[in-house]
Amino acid sequence: MAQVKDYTEIVGKSVIDELFEIGEKAGSMKIQHVNSTAVGGGVAEILTRLVPMMNELGVQARWDVIKGGEKFFAITKKMHNALHGVPETFNDEDWAHFMEVDRENARSMNFENDVVFIHDPQPIGLVEERVHLNNKWIWRCHIDFSEPRENVWLFLKDFIERYDGAIFSAPAFSRPLNTRQFLISPSIDPLSDKNKELDDEYVRSVFEKFGIDRKRPVITQISRFDYLKDPVGVIKAYKLMKRYIDCQLVLAGGGATDDPEGEKVLAEVRNAADGDKDIFVLLLPPSSDLEINALQRGSSVVLQKSLREGFGLTVAEALWKGKPVIASAVGGIPLQIKHKYSGILTHSIEGTAYWMKQLVNEPAFARELGKNGKEHIRQSFLITRHLRDYLLLSLSLYHDKDIVYL
Amino acid sequence: MDFTPFEFKSRLILTELLGRRAATLPELTDGIRNVPLSSIYHHTHRFLQQHHFLSPEPPNDFAYWVTNMLNEDVAGEMLASIDVMQFVRLSDLRNRFLELLEGYLKSVSHKVSGKCPEGEEFHFMSSRIFIIPTGHVAGSVNEFRELLKTVSIHSIYFHVFEAKLRLEKGDNDFSIWLRSAGREKEAEEISRLDPYTFTLEGLRDKILTIVGNSK
Repeated sequence: MAQVKDYTEIVGKSVIDELFEIGEKAGSMKIQHVNSTAVGGGVAEILTRLVPMMNELGVQARWDVIKGGEKFFAITKKMHNALHGVPETFNDEDWAHFMEVDRENARSMNFENDVVFIHDPQPIGLVEERVHLNNKWIWRCHIDFSEPRENVWLFLKDFIERYDGAIFSAPAFSRPLNTRQFLISPSIDPLSDKNKELDDEYVRSVFEKFGIDRKRPVITQISRFDYLKDPVGVIKAYKLMKRYIDCQLVLAGGGATDDPEGEKVLAEVRNAADGDKDIFVLLLPPSSDLEINALQRGSSVVLQKSLREGFGLTVAEALWKGKPVIASAVGGIPLQIKHKYSGILTHSIEGTAYWMKQLVNEPAFARELGKNGKEHIRQSFLITRHLRDYLLLSLSLYHDKDIVYL
Repeated sequence: MDFTPFEFKSRLILTELLGRRAATLPELTDGIRNVPLSSIYHHTHRFLQQHHFLSPEPPNDFAYWVTNMLNEDVAGEMLASIDVMQFVRLSDLRNRFLELLEGYLKSVSHKVSGKCPEGEEFHFMSSRIFIIPTGHVAGSVNEFRELLKTVSIHSIYFHVFEAKLRLEKGDNDFSIWLRSAGREKEAEEISRLDPYTFTLEGLRDKILTIVGNSK
């Protein structure tokens, strides 16, 4: 696994020196992260890297995962949808079961750390435990929180306000709350299997393995099979393009243990593909990071046609590979793409199809978008910046003033 | 001559969301009146911090939003023209924004009812700053010049912008130190620069040129 110093070549020495300086100031601070899945999805991915890096900087960081059954994750999936504005009904038993599972988890966990970061709604109820402790609790929201349904919002708000602060990924997710709110964008790891440089021979072998022809344009969307990623909309856009350009479409992604809806969506996607031999629907196992990396690198254009998005890490991944990206202007995506400068922002299936054709037909413009996009990710969305923000936030919880001399 | 060595510091920021948004010009005005001064600093310097590697002359967030989201070109231009360089106190800078906005609203009240498109509201933010030592200390002007070539642009940003307006020292750190070292001419020349019209790398080059002339 990469060490903090291994990032020097990518972000520069001064950034790495700053990290060690902050680590020294944080001393042996104990930081705990808690979420609901150890594999699959952006949160698990980032914690897999951030936690060891924090330890390397001298902080004592640990990561715990709560357990829950099928019923619990069906409820939290409904909560996830409702936070994204989808109408969902909850009965008293849903809320009671949710709390029962969180309390059961709390009984078997130890929260004796200086700062406890609770990620997303699933473990939010663990904050009840803080009454027994004299430490700081932060709720980290990775979800698009711009239009939550009232029922789920009121339930969560009661918990959020018991934390010392809440972190959101985009300014639009901020709401009037009786606790402090921080803006921390998530990040990608440029040295992970999913993002590191690959030689072209490997990229070629992956395309060959899946039977994808690199001589013809390849449009790719990488994301788990979820309605909110609009994979069926992507197929519709591809069909509009296919009338004029002989291209191929790759829809590739894995599943997550906390998402029971995946199989249903996958079936609908296969149905929409309707046997078209140029559409590749690839359900990849969790160990497929190198293949996903290769699929992005070998594609002509990368899409992220999400209807809602917490942040959209797959956009940052594709931009980091210098790819021209077309993505919906939702959630944190506009923070990553400045339209027609570092990528393309669209609002519809037709608009997406229009830009797919443009970028395939104008490769020089597409290359320029990719180049600018990569630089923007280097400045703002790599793991080193993320690590710094978490450490600064942890330190700030123990300082009252808004100017802190470290 | 006896003077204190110059210690290059750097600063890191953590952005706070204030949970307050504006969709109209009166709401923006009300927000500017009530947010903490650190928010006024944030919105007048954010562009500079985020796009320091792209271009100089950053507009402030208020001007950008009024022009591009409310399509109020006249008010936007008025706000963009505020010369941040002239202010040494953030409360005076806030009052200047309020004076312009309130005057504008009074003069055109019958015409201003514009609301921004949904999802394009102005979100008030502020930033906490963390000042850290870089480990680089200059004991002479020569050493200062050499170190200035290598410190990060964040360090230059801190000593030029943050020291003057956020820490309200009244001048940039470089000029204050050069004066204490008896380099009045160079100190004055750096004080007179409008740093808002440079990229940070451009600013580094300019200051190097100025101190490069000293012996």
